[in-house]
Amino acid sequence: MSFFSFGQSAEIDIVLNDAETRKKAEHKTEDGKKDKYFLFYDGETVSGKVNVTLKNPGKRLEHQGIKIEFIGQIELYYDRGNHHEFVSLVKDLARPGEMAQSQTFDFEFTHVEKPYESYTGQNVKLRYFLRATISRRLNDICKEMDIVVHTLSTYPELNSSIKMEVGIEDGLHIEFEYNKSKYHLKDVIVGKIYFLLVRIKIKHMEIDIIKRETTGTGPNVYHENDTIAKYEIMDGAPVRGESIPIRLFLAGYEMTPTMRDVNKKFSVRYYLNLVLIDEEERRYFKQQEITLWRKGDIVRKSMSHQAAIASQRFEGSASAEKALSQAKEDDN
Amino acid sequence: MAEAIADTRRLYTKPQNLNDAYGPPSNFLEIDVSNPETVGVGRNRFTTYEIRLKTNLPIFKLKESRVRRRYSDFEWLRGELERESKVVVPPLPGKALIRQLPFRGDDGIFDDSFIEERRQGLEHFLNKVAGHPLAQNERCLHIFLQEESVDKNYTPSKIRQA
Repeated sequence: MSFFSFGQSAEIDIVLNDAETRKKAEHKTEDGKKDKYFLFYDGETVSGKVNVTLKNPGKRLEHQGIKIEFIGQIELYYDRGNHHEFVSLVKDLARPGEMAQSQTFDFEFTHVEKPYESYTGQNVKLRYFLRATISRRLNDICKEMDIVVHTLSTYPELNSSIKMEVGIEDGLHIEFEYNKSKYHLKDVIVGKIYFLLVRIKIKHMEIDIIKRETTGTGPNVYHENDTIAKYEIMDGAPVRGESIPIRLFLAGYEMTPTMRDVNKKFSVRYYLNLVLIDEEERRYFKQQEITLWRKGDIVRKSMSHQAAIASQRFEGSASAEKALSQAKEDDN
Repeated sequence: MAEAIADTRRLYTKPQNLNDAYGPPSNFLEIDVSNPETVGVGRNRFTTYEIRLKTNLPIFKLKESRVRRRYSDFEWLRGELERESKVVVPPLPGKALIRQLPFRGDDGIFDDSFIEERRQGLEHFLNKVAGHPLAQNERCLHIFLQEESVDKNYTPSKIRQA
C-alpha cells in the first residue's frame, strides 16, 4: 500500500481456470462465520491467472519480481508466529523489472499433493491458499486466495461392530452395541442398549457425540472437548431384559473426518458417549471412540432404481424383482 | 454397487422374558422421613424423626426397617460418608443456630413450620444419598438406616452383597 499520492500501486486478482465448473464447499472461518471456497481434492491441478491491475494508468510499476505460491500450512493459535508449512510450491511469474500496463500471468501447479483436509478448530487451523506477491523495495503487494480441501476415503475393508458389556457391580449392567466402528459423515449409527441388571432408578438415557481436538506434544498436550450432539434415546425407567434401539443420523451434524496426528501437530477425534441419568441427577457414562471418514459423492442412480431397492426390503420377492428389472430397462 | 439407502433396520435383540417385563422392578427403594417428635424438657429437648425404609435391593440386609434419628445423627452420617467414600455428599438442611438463641418470638427449633421444613430437607438428603451405588457400600449408611441405634465408635468398612 502506498501512502504517497505519487508512486504506483497495483491490485492483484487471482482467478482459477475452472472457476465456472468447480464446486464450492462451505467452511467455517476462525470467527465462526461460514464462507464458500473452491473445493479441491488430493492430486488435482491448481491452475489459473493472476491479473495485476495498475492503480494509476500511465505510471510504471517498479518491482523486484512477481511470484505465486501454493501453500498448505498448520497454524496453532497459541503460537501464531510459527506457521508449519507442509506444502510449499512457488512459480515465478515475472523477473524484476517494470510494468508499463496492467498484465495477466498464467500459472499452473500440476497434480498438487494435498495430504490433509482443511480444518478450522478451537486451537488450530489447517489451510491451503494461493498467494500472489509483487516484491518491492519498501513494501510488497500481496493477495491470498483460500481454498478448501477434502480428503476422501472408500468403504473400509474391516469395519467391525462395537459390542461391550459394562456396568457397576450389583447396580447396573448393560450391553451396548453399535453396528460399526467406522462411519462416514452421512452415515447412520444403528445400535442397541440391552439391560442385564437395573438396580438404580434411571430417569432417561442419551447418546452424545463428542469432538476432541488435541494440540501440542509431550508435556504440553491440550485437549479441547466439544459436545456436537445430544440425542435422547430413552425416557423412563427400563427393566431387566429390555432393549433400547439407537438410530442416529450423522448428516444433521457438523463434523469433520477423524484426523489422527496430522503432521505430528494435532488430532481431531470423535467419541460416542452413552449417558444414563438417574432420578437424583447422577450420571453414568461410557465413552467409545468412533472413526469418521468422508465418502466421495457418487453419481445418483435413477429414482426408480432406488425405489426398487427399497421395495425389496418390505414386499415379496416377485413384485420387487419386477420393479428392479423395469427400472433397469428404464435406465437403458 | 454402492448403497443408495442406508440400512437402518434395528439390530437383533432377544425377546424380553415376560417375567422380567411384568414382574416387580429390581430397583425398589422407598425412604420416608416422618413423625417428628420432640422429647425431653427445657434446655435438654430435641426432636427425633422416624426413618422408614422399604426395599428389594439385595445390598440391604432388612427389606423393611423403621428407626428414629435426630439431626446430629444425620450430621454424623454426612461426615462419615464424606471421609470414607468418594461420594460428593449433598448438603443437609441448615443447622439453624440463630433459632437456638434466646428471646425469640416463636418456638425456635421446635417451631412446627421449622420442623416440617427440616423434615423435608432430611428426606430429600436421605433419598439422594441412599440411592447412590457407592454410598450403599458404606457400613455407616446401613447402621444409620437399619440398626436400632447409631454406634459412633463403629469400625468404618465396606459392605458387599448382604
